[in-house]
Amino acid sequence: MTVIVAHADPARWWHSRAVRRFLRHHLALAGIAMISLLVLACILGPFALPYDSLYIDLRARFAPPLTGHHYFGTDPLGRDLAVRLLMAGRVSLAVGFSAMLLSTLIGTLVGVTAGYRGGWVGAALMRTVDGFLSYPSIFLVLALAATLRPSPVMITVIIAVTSWMETARIVEAEVRSLREREFVQAARMVGLSRAHIMFREILPNAMGPIIVAASLAVARAILLEAYISFLGYGIQPPLPSWGNMLNGAQQYLASAPWLAIIPGAAITMAVTSFNFIGDGLRDALDVRNDHI
Amino acid sequence: MASGIQAASPVDVALSVRELTVSLPEGMERAYAVENISFDLKRGQILCIIGESGSGKSVTANAIMGLLPKAIRISSGAIHLNGTNIVGLSPDKLRSLRGRVVSMIFQDPLSALNPLMTVGAQIEEVMAAHDAGTPASRRSRAIDLLIEVGLPDPQLMYHQYPFRLSGGQRQRVMIAMALALEPAILIADEPTTALDVTTQAQILQLIRDIQRRKGMSVMFITHDFGVVAEIADHVVVMEKGHCVEQGSAAQVLKSPGHLYTRRLIAAVPHLSGKDRVPSEAGERASILKVECLAKTYRSGSALFRTQRIVPAVNGVSFDLTSGRTLGVVGESGSGKSSLGRLLIKLMECDGGSILFEGRDIAGLSEAEFRPLRPKIQMIFQDPFASLNPRSTVGRILTVGPVAHGMRYSEAAERARELLSHVGLDAGAFDRYPHEFSGGQRQRIGIARALMFKPRLLIADEAVSALDVSIQAQILKLLDQIQRETGVSMIFITHDLRVASQICDEIAVMHRGQIVECGPPSQIFLDPKSSYTRELVAAIPGEQPASTPEHADFGRHHNRGETL
Repeated sequence: MTVIVAHADPARWWHSRAVRRFLRHHLALAGIAMISLLVLACILGPFALPYDSLYIDLRARFAPPLTGHHYFGTDPLGRDLAVRLLMAGRVSLAVGFSAMLLSTLIGTLVGVTAGYRGGWVGAALMRTVDGFLSYPSIFLVLALAATLRPSPVMITVIIAVTSWMETARIVEAEVRSLREREFVQAARMVGLSRAHIMFREILPNAMGPIIVAASLAVARAILLEAYISFLGYGIQPPLPSWGNMLNGAQQYLASAPWLAIIPGAAITMAVTSFNFIGDGLRDALDVRNDHI
Repeated sequence: MASGIQAASPVDVALSVRELTVSLPEGMERAYAVENISFDLKRGQILCIIGESGSGKSVTANAIMGLLPKAIRISSGAIHLNGTNIVGLSPDKLRSLRGRVVSMIFQDPLSALNPLMTVGAQIEEVMAAHDAGTPASRRSRAIDLLIEVGLPDPQLMYHQYPFRLSGGQRQRVMIAMALALEPAILIADEPTTALDVTTQAQILQLIRDIQRRKGMSVMFITHDFGVVAEIADHVVVMEKGHCVEQGSAAQVLKSPGHLYTRRLIAAVPHLSGKDRVPSEAGERASILKVECLAKTYRSGSALFRTQRIVPAVNGVSFDLTSGRTLGVVGESGSGKSSLGRLLIKLMECDGGSILFEGRDIAGLSEAEFRPLRPKIQMIFQDPFASLNPRSTVGRILTVGPVAHGMRYSEAAERARELLSHVGLDAGAFDRYPHEFSGGQRQRIGIARALMFKPRLLIADEAVSALDVSIQAQILKLLDQIQRETGVSMIFITHDLRVASQICDEIAVMHRGQIVECGPPSQIFLDPKSSYTRELVAAIPGEQPASTPEHADFGRHHNRGETL
């Protein structure tokens, strides 16, 4: 039915349909609120708390939560768990975000190039993607982490290198369909260069799926970092991360369960928040909903 | 309008719509899809509902079928089908009416048919859904129906899947499905819009024949007055959800009462047997000379022996003088769009030469050709797909010239000038394409093509996606631009009526080859090839010989005088 023409959107992006749809998505808003809270706490919290994350107080070992000023209790060395959790959050969130940025960058570059060029260039790139996907990535991550010196930067790179393929696939499919649209032909007609068409004409139109994939990639990167660190190949103590805090907690599960529960809850909170945001973005940016 | 119509006795009225109002959800451009419309479909007649896009004609059809989407509701009025009011009827009762009492054929037969079911199974399903007959009787009925709609070899057709059929054959299958339960009323929603002109003529003929044979009542929705003239007994004209005029076909076509109807009829392009008078004779150099141009599509892989080879353009030659317009007409699949894309090198050709201003551009690489691109520009078919939705109009217009080294300020100034020249206000510069209507977007597309002051303009179905009244405006604009700038044009279209309006010469393409080339007078009044004759004869609502009779409909402009 052709009669239904929606009101022209105002040009300002914050009035746009997508933003309005996102704001109606309650889970996504809850996700945004939780993540903002977490990020703010990680950035400002350590300054507000009276302890240093490395300060050892052997008299206060295994203090349960809410003992004096140890709101989350202390660990086996008597270090304050709250400040360690927030310092670990800085590391884990930073690794998660940077890994997402890097993997999205790689995935987008590969996807746009493969999708627009097609032919043997596209085939070669996409078979590389298949190659990476067919290797069990967790072994790849562990093998790389075991041979390379594990620093936060190295962990970030390792996670990014093993998780860009999904973005590449999504972008490739999107670009391949956009390439056939007449505005791309028009761009060729007015004599724009290939790079200009790929990155300035086509890419802005593919941002929706990229943003969705990126928000889900943060969640996965945080989880992956926790996983590697838990197995002992990731961020090395004394630098705390949520993963290695869990690793340190496993032998005291019965006697001091809060050591595992608190970092575990932080990981769950971060990952679910990003997944909610991703879902909200997916619903909001799905262009097919633009016309009812 | 509504008060003037008395409820006729149900005996001779198959369908009666009374003061129907259908409301749209909030936030749409108007509150009602249709407002207070009334009309009757008499038994054994064909009623045409005509209007431009957005006039509410499809909503009316869907309301009658009970197929409105959830967000759109009938807020008042009555629809009587064979005397039963269906407004407010339960979904179950509606379902039993659909197919049995009233059935519908859609615009796009490919998406309306289930790709995973054979033709025979789909026809039988309609009968099975209403518990009609036994499996054996349904089968023989399905084959009878296939014969009835004129499909060749019905026994074989019964086992075919929709993708094996051509567009016209698919539409015939749709009609067979719609007829399966012998409904009293058939609703046809633009059933021929997606079809070629020759196929369109056959389908119109078929609908007319079946309607006469069975004494069925048909409600036919269209935007084309040519189709109305061809088959309608009675006409309802709709504009923006209102019924502005209704009457017998002869009455509405000959002496339209309402201004809108007159405007619509005036906008319909008519076959002009006259040749265009060339503008004042300047130098008449050849700007484009094409020789033996060829392009073959290969799909699949030679390695796995699944290769398919389709010759799209096959040995095409023509010559275009500067300042003139060459029309390329043909049905879908004739290779006319491929030809356009070859000429502008959006596609590489496989053989032949393209001499543009004396230089062969066929073999040039993209890098060698880029400096020449500003001289050859194109206007695209789809005004919605051809503008980047994420760029402002200003950027769309200036990005090309800036890439070719023009200063941004200079390009922006020229863009604003051109926008007002093509009939948009200069404020359009900072807005996004989705804020404009189809016709306005096509004007932006034209402005983009003119940014470079091109020597050759290729218009690929540039007006096909537009309503007739907008179509006439755009044709006028193109004509004006040509007179002002002396640009040469290649006008690719499937619509011979449009081609006859704007072209100095017309090349008829069929299966990748030019079968006939000549001035409009020859093509339309004295066609040499049988294919051209077939094409011309198929144009709805029109015999070339009768052109003068249409003069009183008011041609949008008389080319012989304006040039």
